[in-house]
Amino acid sequence: MTESVPVLVVGGGPAGMAAALAARRHGARVVLVEAGDDLGGQFWRHLPAERAGAREELLHHGWRRFRRMRAALLGDDGCEVVLNGHVWSAGRRDGTPPLIHVVAGEPDGSGRPPRTFDPAALILATGAQERTLPFPGWDLPGVFTAGAAQALAKGERVAVGRRVLVAGAGPFLLPVARSLIRTGAQVVGVVEAAGRRQLATGWGARPWRLFAASAKAAELGGYVWDLAAKRIPYLTGAAVITAHGTGRVEAVTVAGLSPDWAPRPGTERRIEADAVCVSHGFVPRTELAVAAGCATGPDGAVTVDAGQRTSVAGVFTAGELTGIGGVDLALAEGEIAGAVAAGGRPAGRALRARRVFREFAGRLAAAHRIGAGWQAWLDDTTTVCRCEDVTAGDLRRAARLTEARGLRSLKLTTRAGLGICQGRTCGRAVEDILTAAGPGLLDTGRTARRPIAVPIRLAELAATIVPEASGEADGGSPAEAGAPAPETAASVPRAASVPRTGTAAAGTGRDGHTPSDPHDSVAGNVRRGPQEGRS
Amino acid sequence: MTGPYRIAPARDPVAPADGGAIALTVDGETVTGRAGQTIAGVLLAAGRVSWRTSPRSGRPRGVFCGIGVCFDCLVVVNGLRDVRACQRRATDGDVITRQDDADEPGGHAAAPHDGGGPGSSAAGPASGEQFGAGGAR
Repeated sequence: MTESVPVLVVGGGPAGMAAALAARRHGARVVLVEAGDDLGGQFWRHLPAERAGAREELLHHGWRRFRRMRAALLGDDGCEVVLNGHVWSAGRRDGTPPLIHVVAGEPDGSGRPPRTFDPAALILATGAQERTLPFPGWDLPGVFTAGAAQALAKGERVAVGRRVLVAGAGPFLLPVARSLIRTGAQVVGVVEAAGRRQLATGWGARPWRLFAASAKAAELGGYVWDLAAKRIPYLTGAAVITAHGTGRVEAVTVAGLSPDWAPRPGTERRIEADAVCVSHGFVPRTELAVAAGCATGPDGAVTVDAGQRTSVAGVFTAGELTGIGGVDLALAEGEIAGAVAAGGRPAGRALRARRVFREFAGRLAAAHRIGAGWQAWLDDTTTVCRCEDVTAGDLRRAARLTEARGLRSLKLTTRAGLGICQGRTCGRAVEDILTAAGPGLLDTGRTARRPIAVPIRLAELAATIVPEASGEADGGSPAEAGAPAPETAASVPRAASVPRTGTAAAGTGRDGHTPSDPHDSVAGNVRRGPQEGRS
Repeated sequence: MTGPYRIAPARDPVAPADGGAIALTVDGETVTGRAGQTIAGVLLAAGRVSWRTSPRSGRPRGVFCGIGVCFDCLVVVNGLRDVRACQRRATDGDVITRQDDADEPGGHAAAPHDGGGPGSSAAGPASGEQFGAGGAR
């Protein structure tokens, strides 16, 4: 059963919400698929309904705006919001947007009912994930990404530790430090790898051009004020180069860095901490865009035109997927993509905001760009691929001894990136290390290719495929979407059993309900809009 | 005192509602949490930082990315393997067990996956509702 939909939005963060609202304003019926159990994405990650906070606005920028956008989407009969909707495949087709395969239900559940959408226009707003450079001890429990600390503070009211160091690169370190302060944790320092010169050159040229983004500057100023008020040291041109501990982190070594981010010998300092939060920026989550065939630029972001159109007809992207730029850019791009996807013209205000915040984003990228010297803080025993326990030494040896230039073969030799996270965590570091140690890679960027965007269980896969046998598939079956030929180990369920719970293969009925399944304890949707347009 | 903790609601400026108590069984022990927490939230709030070991070196793993990207925090929930603890909400009575991939039958001997082509997914042992590492281990 394939459901036709005029505008399908994937991702319920700021960009996706703005896109859906704009498409609705221009009269298109919309389905918005979000993997979480509420809208908001990582930026507006918040407490669940059971534990809603009386003063949650303390943790968020634009909280009222979020509440307004959320209410508008959930209260609109022309917009179906599919929560707990996990898009696992985008089945590429020529000249038209891909079929979007979804299972709806608990994260990593079983027997979740499948849905397949055939969108006339597809807006991908899948956001970004953190990039964390490996360092000795980074896999010790107690070392978190800065995003994890933020998600746990906002979504759980859990502090990751009592004495916490925040380190890495980028302005995101500052709101994380603030959130930690507001959990009651002691932030023992914020360590920024970019040195003063890099920061000044990146941010500094013609600052008046950023006048329209001055609210951003005020926001950053607020964070710095927080640090000053608590006497929290803010170091620049420095990095955590080792985490120490047995079974969990107990201390870190911080060192000064040269302009290219290589540690300067003799500058090491040991700091006691029971948690370390690390972030070196963000990378777009491009699985679905790449699977759909969208062209990407050298930084891995999806290339778009003035209307947020990708290289694939009918496919649009908005937000971090087009380049890391923050919430204001995401909202502007979402609004433009939604309007254009619905056949309308974007508002001038959104176009102006996009111009300003793109420049802001460009400066941000330059000010915190990762320096090539970072690999000097790795030793050969440092774990790089956390899933498969592949060390920097393993990678360097393989690159040197095989002199291979194909990432694919080097991955097979070393197993790096073949674990269950599908190289999401280590991919770029693996590519960097192999490039530096061997003759150079011919196929960089390959680690971003993940035809199966999120693992699903074999019974669920089978349940999705079965309709083909009954003649319902229409050229975009998961079999053609690359399911049986996964790029990585994580792509495919191990179980060889046939769908015991595969009643969902009967498909969703015309009323949009699926035969109940004992293994599926959570409904996929909070609400459903009109169901016309099903094929 | 070291390690993660849940902010005492009385001292929390955000003033979250009390979701009501829930009880989980974690490797045979009872761990209490509040309704609405994720499994990782419950475990961290109880001061636990690791609950899994890496497959080859047996190094401890817990929460790393917190947003469902890294799969470090996998647990077995009510007999179902490969569930990301940071993504799954805890429900009263959940039975959580440690997922030890190193003990999996088949080890690392099975064929690698990258480019394994159709059918390689069946290389692993038939073991019910599992997914994830596929025949790779």
